[in-house]
Amino acid sequence: MATETIQPPKRSPRRRSFAPRYPGWLTAPSLIYYMIFFLGPLAILVVFSVATQAGFGSVSYTFSTSQFQALNDPLYIKVFRQTMLMAAGGTALTIAIGYPVAYWMSRYLTRYKTLALLLVIVPFWTSFLIRTYALKIILDPQGYLAHFVEWTGISNQFNVLYTGKAVAIGLAYNYLPLLILPVYASLERMDWKLVEAATDLGASPFKAFRQITLPLTLPGLITGALLVFIPMCGEYVIPQLLGGGQFAFVGTVIGSNFLGAQNWPFGSAMAIAFMVLLSIFVVIYIAFATREEQFGA
Amino acid sequence: MPSPGTPRRSRHRFGKRMFTGWAVLVYLVLYLPIVVVVIFAFNQPTTVPHGASPCSVDPSRMGNVTVWNGGTTCWFHTALNDPTYVPAVKTSFWIAFRASLIATVLGTAAALALARMKQRWRVPFDVLVYLTLVVPEIVIAVASLIFFVQAHNNLSIFPTLGENTILLGQIVFSASLVMLIVRARFVGMGSSLEEASFDLGGGPIATFRQVTLPRLLPAVIAGALLSFTFSFDDYVLPAFTNGTVNTWPIVVYSAVRFGVTPAVNALATMMLVVTVTLILITGLVLRRSGASDLTGAPPPTIP
Repeated sequence: MATETIQPPKRSPRRRSFAPRYPGWLTAPSLIYYMIFFLGPLAILVVFSVATQAGFGSVSYTFSTSQFQALNDPLYIKVFRQTMLMAAGGTALTIAIGYPVAYWMSRYLTRYKTLALLLVIVPFWTSFLIRTYALKIILDPQGYLAHFVEWTGISNQFNVLYTGKAVAIGLAYNYLPLLILPVYASLERMDWKLVEAATDLGASPFKAFRQITLPLTLPGLITGALLVFIPMCGEYVIPQLLGGGQFAFVGTVIGSNFLGAQNWPFGSAMAIAFMVLLSIFVVIYIAFATREEQFGA
Repeated sequence: MPSPGTPRRSRHRFGKRMFTGWAVLVYLVLYLPIVVVVIFAFNQPTTVPHGASPCSVDPSRMGNVTVWNGGTTCWFHTALNDPTYVPAVKTSFWIAFRASLIATVLGTAAALALARMKQRWRVPFDVLVYLTLVVPEIVIAVASLIFFVQAHNNLSIFPTLGENTILLGQIVFSASLVMLIVRARFVGMGSSLEEASFDLGGGPIATFRQVTLPRLLPAVIAGALLSFTFSFDDYVLPAFTNGTVNTWPIVVYSAVRFGVTPAVNALATMMLVVTVTLILITGLVLRRSGASDLTGAPPPTIP
């Protein structure tokens, strides 16, 4: 056909890239590994969540939503709500402690920024359980901090251990770097000249912070907040050690269905429901992290 | 005559002092637990029978060891001779060593291929990697428990619950960790040196060995060390898939729940010394690789 001969020959791309590509099959080992040891367990978790318990420790494979219906019980709804609230409280505490530190690093430090960041991370390379145990020593009602608090008269009964307060302190302590790092990164990207201009034009430092620094670092702050909130919801050890087992988190209830009660189908259903709930926050996190990347640099 | 800038500068200085004060306080609190652990490694039981060694006191009669009762160094000896502590540390070390080795190989290989892969293939893989990092560990732990029990019942090639199931479970998270770190470095490196090597007639293997790997090595080592620390310190996954094996975090956990003796502190202190040494090494490695932005930047997002 004439039209075909008129058409210009397919142009080869003008710039051929000589960048060597590593072959795609290099991903195969990890892909297979994830399929077996990550997606496999998750798939069997789904199977178990719709199975039913048939006697102690054995299940019959059915398709029943009874486990999920059993979740719709005031007792378990309370556990879910309590977990979310504690994680939210822990996140708020982490922000209150961590934001000023990140601000200080970015605004006032010049030479020792990297060192300051490193010093925030270093404690977390020691054993997590040992650190949590040390918090237990510190918060002990007969310990030195308790004596000090009672001596100063702030409170005459220092009862923090095995309450929600201890859990919140433990959460904030253990997740602090995870908040400081993204907030610091977004503060570093901010143009401090804007703050200078605002104060030159007569804004008080607080007003300049509220109208410039905070809005500009908000995406980083939200990213960091979700980065600590999501794992805090799934926390298993801190509520057990610092809450003394009296302070149930979703994670601890899931765990007890496997280690103690041996009701695997119910525990599986709870785990699935928990993942679905958390995925909402993960989606929000991804949206913010992507947005920050677009506007940030 | 006072300069017009004075009030603001003094306010600036005041703000700086406030923030510095707060930061110093936060740093003190961050390090306080570690200091407490070290100090209480030298603690004595509340009452020591006359003439007896403080460390020979039965744990149930130890009294309150969360207040200072006087110093002793015997716990270090006791800790090293405890029938469970040192074997548990050895088990943890051995598992973490193998996990980080396998995870480093898997993660590095995938990172190399992924970094310059077509988006169509890359995105689903990325989603999978992020899933492994985002799914709460307790969920993975119980899922792995069911999986390994069922897998062993149906296929005998799968191990029974024990060291190997801990290892197999931990590699998932560790491989993702290594992949992210190595990939960030690999993408940041650019491909010009590799192109040059190709132009000069280097084959893919020679290029990898002589150009890519040496420049990538700091990130690979950093990833391996990170995944080692993760495995070594991991409690939740092993707590469900350990069978009857005791890892060091499992020993510490039960000690913390049912009464700690200063011997645990003593062993923790000894390990702290080892860890600090490792951190210093990693710090030097990271410094050379210039990978410090890895920790600061928000994680690369799924496009």
